[in-house]
Amino acid sequence: MKKLLMASAAAALTAGMAHAEDVKLGILLGFTGPLESISGDMTAGANLAIAQVNESGNFLDGQTVSSVEGDTGCIDASLAVASAERLITSDGVKGIIGGMCSGETGAVLQNAAIPNGVVMISPSATSPALSTVEDNGLFFRTSPSDARQGQVMADILNDRGITEVAVSYTNNDYGKGLADSFEAAFTESGGTVTMNASHEDGKADYSAEVGALASAGGDVLVVAGYIDQGGAGIINGALDSGAFDTFMYPDGMVSETLEKNFAERTEGSFGQHPSAAGDGPVKFQEMGKEAGFDATGAFAPESYDAAALILLAMQAAGSTDPNVYKDKVMDVANAPGEEIMPGDLGRALQILKDGGEVDYVGASAVELIGGGESAGSYREIEMKDGKMEGVGYR
Amino acid sequence: MDFLNAFVSLSNYVLIPGVAYGSQLALGALGVTLVYGILRFSNFAHGDTMAFGAMVTVLVTWWLQSLGVSLGPLPTALLALPVGILGTIVLLLVTDRAVYQFYREKKAKPVILVIVSMGVMFIMNGIVRFVIGPDDQRFLDGERFVVSARTFKEMTGLDEGLAIKSTQVITVITAVVVVALLFWFLNRTRAGKSMRAYSDNEDLALLSGVNPERVVMLTWIIVAALATTAGVLYGLDKSFKPFTYFQLLLPIFASAIVGGLGSPLGAIAGGFVIAFSEVTITYAWKKVLGYMMPESLAPDGLVQLLSTDYKFAVSFVILLIVLLFKPTGLFKGQSV
Repeated sequence: MKKLLMASAAAALTAGMAHAEDVKLGILLGFTGPLESISGDMTAGANLAIAQVNESGNFLDGQTVSSVEGDTGCIDASLAVASAERLITSDGVKGIIGGMCSGETGAVLQNAAIPNGVVMISPSATSPALSTVEDNGLFFRTSPSDARQGQVMADILNDRGITEVAVSYTNNDYGKGLADSFEAAFTESGGTVTMNASHEDGKADYSAEVGALASAGGDVLVVAGYIDQGGAGIINGALDSGAFDTFMYPDGMVSETLEKNFAERTEGSFGQHPSAAGDGPVKFQEMGKEAGFDATGAFAPESYDAAALILLAMQAAGSTDPNVYKDKVMDVANAPGEEIMPGDLGRALQILKDGGEVDYVGASAVELIGGGESAGSYREIEMKDGKMEGVGYR
Repeated sequence: MDFLNAFVSLSNYVLIPGVAYGSQLALGALGVTLVYGILRFSNFAHGDTMAFGAMVTVLVTWWLQSLGVSLGPLPTALLALPVGILGTIVLLLVTDRAVYQFYREKKAKPVILVIVSMGVMFIMNGIVRFVIGPDDQRFLDGERFVVSARTFKEMTGLDEGLAIKSTQVITVITAVVVVALLFWFLNRTRAGKSMRAYSDNEDLALLSGVNPERVVMLTWIIVAALATTAGVLYGLDKSFKPFTYFQLLLPIFASAIVGGLGSPLGAIAGGFVIAFSEVTITYAWKKVLGYMMPESLAPDGLVQLLSTDYKFAVSFVILLIVLLFKPTGLFKGQSV
């Protein structure tokens, strides 16, 4: 009897240990909602980083990493917080890759991540308001703030010699933040914003909004919205009524859906999304092709980098405790240290294990500034001959 | 001063969309008004009846498209419309047998029937979402424009473009045909006259030998046809999404009440009043005024009375004003 007890206790212990070896990361994205069409590639990106770390076998003491998914609905703060609570308390994740949209990310940070002390690295939340939020050093993002994107947009327009634009933004934290930062940057550089008005997502008919925008006039219509939502409605309405022919697409609009539905009909339109120049993206695209997903998808590289940063920081700290490894995120992301390209995660883990330092470059040329957000490099796209083509980096 | 450009711009953004939207509202309001006049309750399920009819039409359209059937420049949905109407007739007659008949025999008060219709609304709501899902569905094919903005500009050499979508033309033509048929039916045929008699005075009509169950059945059949047509036209012109039909309930009721509940003519007038108020009050007049006024007087601001977000609030306000000052509506319907 005693033996049996001992044996079962030992079995329970080893079972417990086997469990502890598995480190879980949460992937908290909008699998439903207005950005659902890009969340698939983002998840694939994050999972690719996790798979590469597992393959190398260098992570901590040979532990493996697995991921758990949670849905935010992108614009549904209560769903996002509930999903985050589940990830943290019942799945026991040690870090979260997410959230996806700005409003929901702020809510999760305040209501789930900070109270529970879990690190969040968002690949795609870009609202300027998140730069100043009090986050106990737990929040980072591999995407730049929209304050930077607003500046880039103003530069693109100025270089194209366009001085008058109308802006239609989706009525939430992301749209408002981007529209305001863009208007500030563009006005300062001498341009005119004839109208800066919001649109609600999920309506059947945007002819009233388009009528108002057309009346205000402008050479280009800036659509700071979502391609799976009101953004598409606004473009359709503007094309149907002949109000605008040329559009500017910020990051929420740039996707395969945009190319499929609008590339031909909005010839000469342009836009930008966060993406880096250099070897990183090229290498990442090859890896994506092998793994079977579209690595050029908006925010897929950022998602890969977010997962990689969490795991490298854990390795550098030698701990999976968020309150310990949170201080290492900035260290592994920035110089000094050996430059790490995507796919080199195994080597990076080995360097850190040997006590060296790394400077993670990754798929989106990560360089964290300020309170831990990407300095921001954007890929400029243009609709040419019915295709969406990259025309340069800024 | 440039009246031509001003007029074209106004037509493009206010007049043409307003006429199309007004026709859609008028068809919807006719259904509401018929139910109110003859069955004597406000049918809250009307918006979702429209959604159901449109859904059946969408499904049949897809099936026809997969078979390669098309009407050339016209949308295939017109071919599928009769099937949609049939489907809706079946749904409404079954609903009547299963739900409304019970309350009618008990001579339930109108307010009870209103609440019952809300229950029916939620069930239809669920059926539509269950079958086709809550998302946007595309079923429009054929020629998109009668005149596109670009060709209009090239043709006339004006600065302003004028786009007339084929769906807008189809909407208006269909609405005229349907309304003409309806009025012919109500005023010229025996069945239509018995319906009006039943609506005016139920007891007297019964004494004169009008069969009440037949009148009720006819009413539901006509309402099904009106609702499906309105739903399909709205879906073709804008987009098919179950939730937007639920939202349409407010402007439709506003139209019926403004025109005078129970008055078919009022429903049509009400539809256009609501449509044009929504469009004109939320329109930014800067461009039109800029063309109309001498340069020195041209406005700098947008000259927009209300932001477009408040579109539905306009229907609410008109509804309130009418109920306060003229509860029987413009065309002397029954007071609410």
